[in-house]
Amino acid sequence: MTQFPIDKIRNDFPILNEKIRNKPLVYLDNAASSQKPNVVIDCISHVYRHDYANVHRGVHTLSVRSTDKFEGAREKIKDFINAESGKEIIFTKGTTESINLVAQSYGKANIKAGDEILISAMEHHSNIVPWQMLSEQTGAILKVAPINLRGELILDEFIKLIGDKTRLISIAHMSNALGTINPVKQIIAAAHHKNIPVLLDGAQAIPHMPVDVLNLDCDFYAFSGHKLYGPSGIGVLYGKQALLESMPPYQGGGDMIRKVTFEETEYNTLPYKFEAGTPSIADAIALGAAIDYLNEIGMGAVAVYEAELLDYATEQAKKIKGLRIIGEAAEKGAILSFVLDKIHPHDIGTMLDSLGIAVRAGHHCAMPVMDFFEVPATARASFAIYNTKQEIDILMNGIESLIEVFG
Amino acid sequence: MFDDLRDLYQEVIFDHNRNPRNFRIIENADRKVDGFNPLCGDRLTLYLKMNGDVIEDASFQGSGCAISTASVSLMTEIVKGKTEAEAEALFKTFHEMTTGKDEQINLEAVGKLAVLAGVREYPARVKCATLAWHTLDAALKNEKQAVSTE
Repeated sequence: MTQFPIDKIRNDFPILNEKIRNKPLVYLDNAASSQKPNVVIDCISHVYRHDYANVHRGVHTLSVRSTDKFEGAREKIKDFINAESGKEIIFTKGTTESINLVAQSYGKANIKAGDEILISAMEHHSNIVPWQMLSEQTGAILKVAPINLRGELILDEFIKLIGDKTRLISIAHMSNALGTINPVKQIIAAAHHKNIPVLLDGAQAIPHMPVDVLNLDCDFYAFSGHKLYGPSGIGVLYGKQALLESMPPYQGGGDMIRKVTFEETEYNTLPYKFEAGTPSIADAIALGAAIDYLNEIGMGAVAVYEAELLDYATEQAKKIKGLRIIGEAAEKGAILSFVLDKIHPHDIGTMLDSLGIAVRAGHHCAMPVMDFFEVPATARASFAIYNTKQEIDILMNGIESLIEVFG
Repeated sequence: MFDDLRDLYQEVIFDHNRNPRNFRIIENADRKVDGFNPLCGDRLTLYLKMNGDVIEDASFQGSGCAISTASVSLMTEIVKGKTEAEAEALFKTFHEMTTGKDEQINLEAVGKLAVLAGVREYPARVKCATLAWHTLDAALKNEKQAVSTE
């Protein structure tokens, strides 16, 4: 195997040259949002300088050019996750909107009072609240499958909760607070045995591993551009074509219609049926650029490199007395959540920041997960393609020093 | 190593974090109010024993970061023996000190609390310092509901 081109990658991300509090930036908050390579930054600028107009509207040259690039990005995304057709790729604002779309469109049309929606105890708020809202609106019941103390889904319990009333399953492909990668293929197989569709929340998984929606056989897959080295404000909902065809529109407006009179409206075909209004055009095109960039590196290589980083970080963290890792699943992505004896995560966050190290300190928008582990919050270091073992050393030294200061 | 943080994490703060004062329950408290900072999960319960309009005793329970623990610990010390009006005035001064609206800090008025002035430079941490005082404010107004910094 060729060596992972870490030096080249680091050069591609200009923000890594920033000094934070007079120290070189060590950016370990990638699970919240990742930094952007030059190709993405330049792409946005190029679109606005040379290719920008509204899409799907004009006959003029720029609109055609803009539309071609926008639809080109859709095709890149389709290939990246191995969907069958561009019609299955809906542009959204991000994971949250993608999940809300499924809840309000598929959910409202198919879920009735007494029906059940099944999620897991490790979901972040955007895979909890849309289902609570749908439950309130329809009288459906939200079921939550338990996790164990290692932060793993208890698969037997999950399968047991798939019952005659279950109408939809929505689960994280990878947990943002714990790093756990869920056995989604087994869940999907069990769900399909009972004809229940499955939505995978791919917000965390997508930047860390190859994702093949055909192979997974998931019915929906939601993710954001901004965790995938692309812009914020753009995301994707993948849905199987037949399912999307059967669903009512989510929002009304321009682009999602074929014909409008004041008496009735004929909706547009996929994917436009779900893309009301002017989309985030430049951001969608730049997400395509981010995907080109990742394809050059190869998602397989990314997964191998990040696994090495995580193993190293875990090994080093375990040497620190008073440090407890939250989330020790056997299958895990590049996230290290931890707490320190008698030192609050917010203090850890501020102390590390003074050393130029950016980590997340808080509940990670997953308050129920914090409650389960009986911690108010954790500190979380999450790794990306541009992080190095040297940076992990800087983090561990920082942790050891702050433990000393707190005495 | 943490020289930049000396203004924020003064020794007094570490001391109160390690050994919080008045960390106990007042069984026959006249006022009991919960404070919560959903952003970071800091929770505290403030107890007040009143004698007329004088705060005779103040204590707290809960868990939070060093800044919030030191802030509530210092607050329970300083408000003891103060009238409600004096405590409210102190809250106002403290609020101005920590949110930086008033550049001139009246050191005499805030006394020991001056060690928390450093949070002004850390907008993400201001709420850690003010949670205790918002909770006190609610307790003095005899609000039954839990207060939240959000």
